[in-house]
Amino acid sequence: MAITVSQKSILYLKALVHLAALYPLLDLYYGAVTDQLGGDPVEAVIHFTGIGALNLLLISLLISPLAKRFKLSFLMRFRRMIGLYAFTYGLCHMLNFLFFEVQFDVRLFIEEVFERPYITVGMSAFLLLIALAVTSITKLRRKMKGRWQTLHNFTYLIALLAVIHFYWSVKSEIIEPLIYFAMYAALMGFRYKKLRGWKDKLFSR
Amino acid sequence: MIIKTTSVSECKEHTITDENVYHQRRELIKKMGFLGAASLLSSPASAGILDIFGEEKTPEALFAQNNLSYAAEKGGFAEELTPEAKITSHNNFYEFGVEKQQPAALSQSFKVDPWQLKISGEVENPLTLGYDDLYSSFDLEERIYRLRCVEAWSMVVPWIGFSLAELVKKAKPTSRAKYLAFETLYDPVQMPGQRSRRLGGGIDYPYVEGLRIDEAMNPLALMSVGLYGKTLPPQNGAPIRLVVPWKYGFKSIKSVVGIKFVEKKPPTTWNLLAANEYGFYANVNPAVDHPRWSQASERRITTGGIFAQNRIPTLPFNGYSEQVADLYSDMNLRKYY
Repeated sequence: MAITVSQKSILYLKALVHLAALYPLLDLYYGAVTDQLGGDPVEAVIHFTGIGALNLLLISLLISPLAKRFKLSFLMRFRRMIGLYAFTYGLCHMLNFLFFEVQFDVRLFIEEVFERPYITVGMSAFLLLIALAVTSITKLRRKMKGRWQTLHNFTYLIALLAVIHFYWSVKSEIIEPLIYFAMYAALMGFRYKKLRGWKDKLFSR
Repeated sequence: MIIKTTSVSECKEHTITDENVYHQRRELIKKMGFLGAASLLSSPASAGILDIFGEEKTPEALFAQNNLSYAAEKGGFAEELTPEAKITSHNNFYEFGVEKQQPAALSQSFKVDPWQLKISGEVENPLTLGYDDLYSSFDLEERIYRLRCVEAWSMVVPWIGFSLAELVKKAKPTSRAKYLAFETLYDPVQMPGQRSRRLGGGIDYPYVEGLRIDEAMNPLALMSVGLYGKTLPPQNGAPIRLVVPWKYGFKSIKSVVGIKFVEKKPPTTWNLLAANEYGFYANVNPAVDHPRWSQASERRITTGGIFAQNRIPTLPFNGYSEQVADLYSDMNLRKYY
């Protein structure tokens, strides 16, 4: 049985999602500027926005399987905004590193991006995410037609890169990154048929 | 013992703390300590849906620190001190959790009395220091040192303690003693990180560290029992810890229960975990990068939020070249990182 949700409820829900995504970010930067984020506010903002981006990315990947499985088609109307919040958090994560960690030392920034594999991987994910964010504009989406879906399938790769980035960035504690790997694998598991289709297509040539 | 400050480690004019601030420092620190405790008790911003692993337990009562009597650092130290609240809330002490704020949150009920620090191995005079002995066996003095973490952040800490060299002399090492092997308390009941792999970062406990005996005899090497005029809080390594200011912070082992004099180079925890990342020597060296972090510069943690501009160049041996470079004159520091 498909669940229908009124236009009004969707608006309220959207407002709620905006609040849930924006409030922690505002609270975070308020604490960071007023020096209330513990010993090292720089590390705190970098970690919070990084893990926030990854969580939002995984939530965005959960939407279509949920919508299909439980016939909750209204959920699809939230996917773009959650994806865009994942991008927003990712942008903050990257800017935190540039502004507050290396403190505008552009040479050091570039060196770090190329010399530290985990940063290279994270930056690649972010660059791909920019392409998805830009093409989320409805006009562009219409213009791109079928190629839009092809481009946005890169979300799977982006999420994988983000999980690898997290795994590589920790010094010794790998249980949390492994949990993220498991969540990623589960999300890909929901797309088994689609992924197998790609594989068959690739090898039947 | 008087340690002369020499030209290299002497500070530049612009880094000198304003005299008014210096004279009011205890007052300022008290205020900051109050703020620090308050922010510890209020729920941090990170406890939200976006941080599913962020678990904060509010400590029921803060660990009781005692005042110490000691000889104050003569002439002071011209670089701005890191506020006490930051020194005691930003800690790498995986025995109490891998996240920086966890040790302060999870260690406040840690019991330090009774304590036993056993000095053993290749010595003529093996000895055990009990809790009270830690404060009474040697004259305590204040030493203001830079602390440089391998993660490329740094602090300036007013430690209180005694020279490790004094302890070594008292133990009377034999001619076979070439290294000192340090060990942290192993007590999974009190240290949650030793119980849980996730909290403890997958390290094999107890944490162990080591120094060459000539490094241990260097007057800069300190056994610290306090900071900011009081006994150490647990998150900083109560009741006694090593402080080796020219090496990355992980060498300065906390909550020490054993110092064994040995003939062969002892194993050290981070080296066992990732030998290509962490060497035995771990001398602060801006010319040798860590695979994860450039070591050329560091972020100095003092006051101010994220807009405090505080990235400064890292100095060889953390600014203590004149005192310690001789120890390594015949070594390739790229190989022996």
